[in-house]
Amino acid sequence: MLLTGSLLAVAVALIPLVYLGVRAAEAGGERIRAELLTGATAELAATSLALAALVTAGCLLLGVGAAFLVTRTDLPLRRTFGVVAALPLAMPTYVAAFGWVSVVDGFHGFWPAALVLTFCSFPYVYLPVAAALRSVDPAVEEVSQSLGRGGRRTFTGVTLRQIRPAVVAGGLLVTLYVLSDFGAVALLRVNTFTRSVFTSFDLGFDRVGALVQATALVVVTLVILGAELAVRRHDTRYAKVGGGTRRPARIVRLGPWRAPALLAIVAVAAGSFAVPGAALVRWTAEGVSRPGSPAEIAGAAANSMGVSALGAALTMLLALPIGLLTARAPGPLSAVLDRLTYLTHALPGLVVGLSLVFFGINVAYPLYQTRWLLALAYATLFLPLAVGAVASAAALSPPSLEEAARSLGRGPWAVLRTVTLPLTLPGIGAGAALVFLTCMKELPATLLLRPTGMDTLATELWTHTSVAAYAAASPYAALLVILSAGPVLVLARRALTPGGTP
Amino acid sequence: MRTDRRPSTAVTIGTDTRRKAAPRAVVASLAAAVLLAAGLAGCSGEEPKDITVYSGRTQSLVQPLIDEFTKKTGITVAVRYGTTAQTAAQLQEEGDKSPADVFLSQDAGALGAVAKAGLLAQVPAELLAKVPAPYQHAGGQWVGVTGRLRVFAYNADQVKPEELPKSVLDVTGPQWKGRLGVAPTNASFQTFVTALRVQHGDAKAKQFLDGIKANEPQIRDNNIVIVGEINDGKLPAGLVNHYYLFEKAAELGVSPDQLKVKLHYFGDGDTGGLLNVSGLGLLKKASGNAKAKQFMEYLLGVDGQTYFATKTFEYPLIAGVPTAPGLPSLADLKIPAINLNDLDTLAASVEMIKNSGLTS
Repeated sequence: MLLTGSLLAVAVALIPLVYLGVRAAEAGGERIRAELLTGATAELAATSLALAALVTAGCLLLGVGAAFLVTRTDLPLRRTFGVVAALPLAMPTYVAAFGWVSVVDGFHGFWPAALVLTFCSFPYVYLPVAAALRSVDPAVEEVSQSLGRGGRRTFTGVTLRQIRPAVVAGGLLVTLYVLSDFGAVALLRVNTFTRSVFTSFDLGFDRVGALVQATALVVVTLVILGAELAVRRHDTRYAKVGGGTRRPARIVRLGPWRAPALLAIVAVAAGSFAVPGAALVRWTAEGVSRPGSPAEIAGAAANSMGVSALGAALTMLLALPIGLLTARAPGPLSAVLDRLTYLTHALPGLVVGLSLVFFGINVAYPLYQTRWLLALAYATLFLPLAVGAVASAAALSPPSLEEAARSLGRGPWAVLRTVTLPLTLPGIGAGAALVFLTCMKELPATLLLRPTGMDTLATELWTHTSVAAYAAASPYAALLVILSAGPVLVLARRALTPGGTP
Repeated sequence: MRTDRRPSTAVTIGTDTRRKAAPRAVVASLAAAVLLAAGLAGCSGEEPKDITVYSGRTQSLVQPLIDEFTKKTGITVAVRYGTTAQTAAQLQEEGDKSPADVFLSQDAGALGAVAKAGLLAQVPAELLAKVPAPYQHAGGQWVGVTGRLRVFAYNADQVKPEELPKSVLDVTGPQWKGRLGVAPTNASFQTFVTALRVQHGDAKAKQFLDGIKANEPQIRDNNIVIVGEINDGKLPAGLVNHYYLFEKAAELGVSPDQLKVKLHYFGDGDTGGLLNVSGLGLLKKASGNAKAKQFMEYLLGVDGQTYFATKTFEYPLIAGVPTAPGLPSLADLKIPAINLNDLDTLAASVEMIKNSGLTS
C-alpha cells in the first residue's frame, strides 16, 4: 500500500523528466551536442555550482548559528529571535533582490546574489537544526563532558554529529533551491543555468535550446544527490533507549559574546527584512500608480491562498506514503524513491510548468488550466519539502506502537488511521505549512498553468513590475510576505518546541 | 547507545501532549483542506467566454481596451497573460488542442515562431490590407498592431547634445566606452540586429556587435531597467524602445519632459531608428471564428489604434490615426523600410548575438 502510493508520488515528481526526455529526443544528438558542449555551458555550470556552494555554506553557518543561539544560549529575547530567524522564508527572492537593488547602488553580481539568496534560504537549515537541537538528548553531551571533553570539542564531536542529518537535509534543500532560483539571479545579473534557460526562451523564441540546457541541470542535480547520499551513508544515529523524560539542554552563557551575537542576529533580520521593506515603502512613496480595488487585491489574495492550500494538501497526500516508507522500511528502495523526488527539484519553475502543460494537453486534458493541474505542478515542484517533514516526524515515532496495534487485531488501514497518522500529524502540519508558503511565492509555473483570468498575488506583482508600476506592485508584495508569514510562525513554534520536528 | 544506519526507534510518547490528538482529526483536517481548496476551485467556474486571447502584452496596458471592446460588441473575452516568449512556448506545447483563439504578441519574432510551428491561420485579407507590408507576415499569418521605435535614450546631465550619435553605428566609438546600456536578450534588440544584417550585411553587423562588446557595455535584462537607471543617473545612455520613457513618466506622475532621461531619434533611414511591431495571430482552430475576427478588427480599427497611440504611446499602424503629441511622425523620421518578418533570419541574428559574447 505504502509502496503503491510512493510509486505514484515518484511518477508525479518525474513528469518533468519524461517531458525533457521527449523534447531532448526530438532535438537529436547533434543539437544537444551543439547546445551543451560549449565553453558557455562549462561557465554556467561553474557559476551555478559556485553560487550554490557559497549560499549553502552561508546558510549552514547562519542556520546552525542561529539555531544554536536561540536553543542553547542565554541570548536575550530568544523566543522572539527564534521566530524572526524563520521569517525570511516568507520573503520571495525576487522581492528581496528587487529591494536590495533599489536601495543599494550598484548592487549586482555574484557576491550580492549570494548574500540575498543566503538571507532568503537559511531558514531551510535553521528550522530543522533548531528542532534537532531541541530534541536531542543532552545526556550524550553530558557524558562527553564528564569524560573530559571541553564545551567546544563536545559541540563539534557530539552535538554536531547528532544534528548532522538535519544539517545535511537542510543544506541539500538550499543547494537545489539555489540552482532553481530565477528571481534573485535575474535581478542581480548572475549567469546561472536557470537564468540561461529563461533567456534561451527569449533568444529567437526557441524552446528546444532552453530545454536541452534544463536537461543538463538534471545531470548536475544527479551528481549532487550522489554526493549527498555518500555523505549521509556515514551518518551515525543516536537513539535513546528506554523511557524517561529528557532534561532540557544546558544553556551556554554567552558572556562577552552576548552583544556580538545579538548584533549578528539583528543584522541578519535587517538584511532579510528591513532592506526589502524599506524599498517597498519607497516605491509606494515615489510612484503614483495604484493597485486594483481592495476587492481585486482581496480576490488575488484569496486565489493565492486557495491554490496554495490545494497545492499543499495534494503535495502532502503524495508525500505521506514516501515519508512513511522511508521511516518504516529504510533501505535501498525507499532511499531511491525518496531521492527520486529530489531529482527535478533544481529545475526552473518555467520548465516544470511547461512539462505540466505537456502532461495536461496529452494526458489530463480535462484538468488543463484548472486549479487541479496547478496544484499538481506545485506537488511536482515541492514534494521533497513535504517528504522530508513527514519522514522526520515518522522517524521519531516508534514502529513498535504500530506493530502492537496490528498484533491486537487492527487492519493496516485502521492502524494508519488510528496510530501512524496521529503520530506523524505534527510532521504533516509542518510540511503543509512549508509547502503552502512556497506555493504562495511561486511564479513561473503559476503563470503557465493558472486558470485563464485567475490572478494571484505573485502574478499581480509580476504584472505591475513589468510596466515599472512599482507603487502599484508594492501592496501585493507586502501582502504576499504578510500572508506567508502565518505558516512561518507555525513552523517556528514547532521547531522551538521540544520534541518537535520541522 | 549507538545504532548505525537505523532510525531511532524509541521515544517517550507520554511527554508530548500533542501526540494525543484525536486520530480522526488528522484525516479530517487533510480532507477539509482538500475540500476547502476544491470549494474555492469550484467558485472559479464563471460562465465561459466567447473567445480566448493569449496575451504577451501586459494586463494593465491591454485590459482597458479589451473591456471597451466587450462593452461595445457584447463579445466576452478570456485573456491569459504571460510573457511573450513563454506564451509562444506554451502555444507550441499546446499545439492543436490550445484553448487560444488569438495570440496578441509583444513582438513579431514570437508570432513567427508560432507561425513556423504551423499553428496560425491566414489573417483575413481586409485586416492585412490596413497595415503596411513590412509590418505583416509575408504569408499573411500575422499582422502588426502597433509600432515601437528603437531610440537612443540618455541622461540630460551626463550626455551633451553635441555628443549624441548621428548613426547607431557610432556607439561603438571610444566616447561611449562603459557608458552604454543594452539588453541583448530582448526581442527588440534581436530584431534590430536582423535589420543591421539586412541593411549592412553580416560582416558589418558582426563588426558592430564585436565593437559593442569591446566597448564595455552595461548589459541589462530589459529596457525598463535601462530607462530607470538612466533617469536615476546610474547609466548615461542606452539603446531602447521609445515608449518606456512614457511609462516611467506615468509611474512618477510627471510629464515626460520633466524626466532626466531624454530620447534621441536616429533619422535618415539609420538602422538605429528601426520600427518593431507588436502583432496579432489567429490560431488555426479560430479560422472563420467571426468573434475572433471582430476582436482583431477592433484592435486594428480607429478606436483600438487611438487607444494604443494615446495610452501606451506606441505608433498606430493604420492610416489616419495620429501619433501621440510629443512624438515625431514616422514620415519625418524616415525610418528604415525593412521587411523583418523572416524568422530564419532571426535565428541567424540570435546566433550572431550569442557568438558576440553579449549574452554571457
